[in-house]
Formats: sequence, structure tokens, C-alpha cells
Amino acid sequence: MKFTEEHEWLRPEGDVVVVGITAHATTQLGDIVFVELPEVGAIVAKDDEVVVIESVKAASDIMAPLDGEIVEVNTALAENPALANEASGDAGWFFKIRPSNPSQMDAYMDEAAYNAMIA
Amino acid sequence: MSDLLRTPLHDLHISLGAKMVEFAGYSMPVQYPMGVMQEHTHTREKAGLFDVSHMGQVIIKGPDFQSAAQALETLIPVDIMGLALNRQRYGFLTNDAGGIMDDLMLANRGDHILVVVNAACKSDDIAHLKANLSDCAVSEVTDRALLAIQGPASAAVLAALDPAAAEMRFMDVAVLSFDGVACWVSRSGYTGEDGYEISVPAHQATALAERLLAHPDVAPIGLGARDSLRLEAGLCLYGHDIDTLTTPTQAALNWAIQNVRRRDGAREGGFPGAPVILDELQDGAERKRVGLRPDGRAPMREGVTLFSGIDDAAPIGQITSGGFGPTVGRPIAMGYVPVAHAQNGTIIYGELRGKRLPLTVVALPFTPHSFKR
Repeated sequence: MKFTEEHEWLRPEGDVVVVGITAHATTQLGDIVFVELPEVGAIVAKDDEVVVIESVKAASDIMAPLDGEIVEVNTALAENPALANEASGDAGWFFKIRPSNPSQMDAYMDEAAYNAMIA
Repeated sequence: MSDLLRTPLHDLHISLGAKMVEFAGYSMPVQYPMGVMQEHTHTREKAGLFDVSHMGQVIIKGPDFQSAAQALETLIPVDIMGLALNRQRYGFLTNDAGGIMDDLMLANRGDHILVVVNAACKSDDIAHLKANLSDCAVSEVTDRALLAIQGPASAAVLAALDPAAAEMRFMDVAVLSFDGVACWVSRSGYTGEDGYEISVPAHQATALAERLLAHPDVAPIGLGARDSLRLEAGLCLYGHDIDTLTTPTQAALNWAIQNVRRRDGAREGGFPGAPVILDELQDGAERKRVGLRPDGRAPMREGVTLFSGIDDAAPIGQITSGGFGPTVGRPIAMGYVPVAHAQNGTIIYGELRGKRLPLTVVALPFTPHSFKR
């Protein structure tokens, strides 16, 4: 499991990577009321804005952490955006990406480094 | 935030775990640990306590109430002379173009008028009042805090401290004694719920707030929920839904201008912008503030541009307030559209992240008011 400075978590699952945001991020955002997910099949580049999250307070973006293809999105989030708050680490995942350059993962923090950053 | 002004309740907000933000030059709580959504729901179901001490409390005193009211009617297009003793009324200061300089509450407190104005406007308002009311003394009340308690449990909470609170009707004002402290109380607020606003001496404000918060039905509420509550109630936020470029008729505030000040009324006109405002009261304005319901789940916020069709090039208006309404459970908004598009049920489009998404024009408020009239 890796973490970005933008509070995303990346969990490798075979040849794809599951992406979500951390509990720390969802606490900062407040109650999430809308999530706009990318299209399955979209080819994205690292730092492309791929998800829009609307909390009660404001809209914010999630960027693609890796180059690759979006292979699956969490449709349960579109139905129940609060899942992102309630289960940010697992059932509240956003999308799965098949990286075209898996070595990009190496640049990200491990859990200890991430926890140190938000401490 | 060290150069920001602080209300008398600042330390209490910190101790309650509030997240503080800059608002109108003040350090104010935007939310408490409960979170915006739950704070909103708590206010609708029980009672929320709000610090509104940043707002301006201004006393206008003339030789007597009637002369002060007469003078103030030269600046405000509402019936102030006819305001009964211990009654309050919503109003606004207008400019020569018929635009709204600020919206405010006016109370007849016997020998003076108590005016409550918006924080961001208060210094301009006071200068404007002083410059134009030469026979009145205009003074800002600087030694009192202002609390609001809103929600269905408010009356019972206050009546436990002074039973007279329960006897008040919507828009009544009274001096009540809470634990021996004389408070200026009005049965009013800006959430659409039954509730009260309480002006309390600054040095006793924290004790009163703590006393109210000790009640199991009362929770502290920040600016975040305050905004979603007033949006659901269809109430204007100054600087957003109304400003110097919007007129009362455009803002759908005709109800606030009594017949006595309208054309053929006993005290017709005589306020800044009267020719424009009186014409619009009679003939309507070209555009109007309306309720808007985005058809999808994506909130549309302030600044979203509105179009009449999915491909039309020319915008027809803008959203002035928008977000998610926790009580209605969906996104809601208010904005200005030409009168041709202001009928309930009209479908228009808002441009969100490059896409045109439909909204329906709907009646306000989104959540019914529960004032105790």
C-alpha cells in the first residue's frame, strides 16, 4: 500500500491498482454528497483530474496517481457518496487503474511516512 | 488569523473543538466536530446555538420612536412608523438606483429602534445612517454579544430560563431575564425554524451559551450549517443573493415592502431609488430570483452560469447560492433568471465543469418554514 501527498491510497491488486482517499482526507472534506467518477476505458496520465468530489462545503478533485487505463469504477459511490466517508480505506474506493508504468508507484510514501506527514 | 476580530465567544468555540475560519473580518466557527450535515439536521430536529456576534447591533434614537421611524423611512422602503411596540420587521437599505445596500432587522423598542445589520456591511451602514439621520443619535452597540437559538426545541429550552419566552410570537421582541441577566430577545432567526435571537452583555455571553449548551437538545452550530439552513429556507444571503445591483422586486422581496410605502400608499416612496422600486413593484422586473433544483446529484454552486437551452450561446443568468440541502436530501440552488424563465417547472441548464446539466425552477422555500406566527 502506497500513499500520495494528495491523500490518495494505492493498493496493488494483481496487475491493477485500486485508488481511494484516506480517512484523514475525508475528515478534512467533511460530508461527501456527490462523487463524479471517470469513464471505464479512459486512458489517463499522472496528475490528470479524474474524480470530482463534492462535500457539503465545496468541490475538490482527485488526480490520477499513475499513467494508465481506468479499468473499473466504484458505482456504489455514485449511489451512496457517504460511503467515501464511512469506508474510506476499502469499500469507499474510487477507481482501479492498470498502470502503463508501474515504476511510478515507487515514488510514493509507505504508510509510516504518510502517517508522519499528517501527524 | 491573529489580526482577525474575535467575538466574546471565541474561546468557547475553540474549547468546543470548532474549526475557525475568517468571515467578514472575524474569526468564526465554520463547523464543530459533529460536522455540517449533522449540525444542520440537529437544528431542524432539536435546537442549534449560533454565535452571530459579528453582526452589527445599532440603536437609532430620536426625540421619540415616531420621529426616529419617520427619519429612517427616508432610507428604508418599509413601514417603520407602523411597527407596533415590541415588534420586529425585516427590511433593507436601498441606494439611488433601487439596489439593496444591506438587509436588516428593525425592532420597535419603545424609545428607540434596534437595527441588526450584516457584519460585512456594518461600518458602511452606520456611516450611511449617521450621514442621513441628522436628528437622530446612531450608535453601535459594542458591549453585547448576539446568539441565535434555532429549531423546534428552542422555545422549551428558553422557557426553562424565563417562561415569558414561550409567550412570544414570531417577530416579537422582549427583554427576558436569563439567570438574572437582562437579554434583548426576538423570536426570529434565519434558518426557517422557530427560534430566537438573544442580545446579551458581552461579559455574560459565554456563561449563557454554556448554560444553553448544557441542555441535551442544544448543540453548537457553525457557519457551514447556517448557510445550508438559510438556503433551504430560501432566504437571501447579502453579497451573494442580493447586493447593490439587485432590486427588491428582482430579489423576490416585494413582501417586505408594505402597501403604505407603495404607489398610492399613505407614505408612498420617499426612500432612495423609489422611482425604480415603485415602478417594479407595479410592473415587475426583468429578472427574478428563483429556486432551482438540479435534476442530478451534482451540487451547483454560486457562480454557475445558467442557459435556457442545452446549446444556447448566450447565458441567461447565474446561480447566487447553491449546495447540498441535508433536509431535502439533494442539491438545491437559488439564482437569477429572466421573468420568461421564472415560472415553476421551467427547465434550464447550468454549466458545470464544461457540461450543461438541467435544473428545474421551483417554488421557495425548499424546506417549509415553521415560524410561530
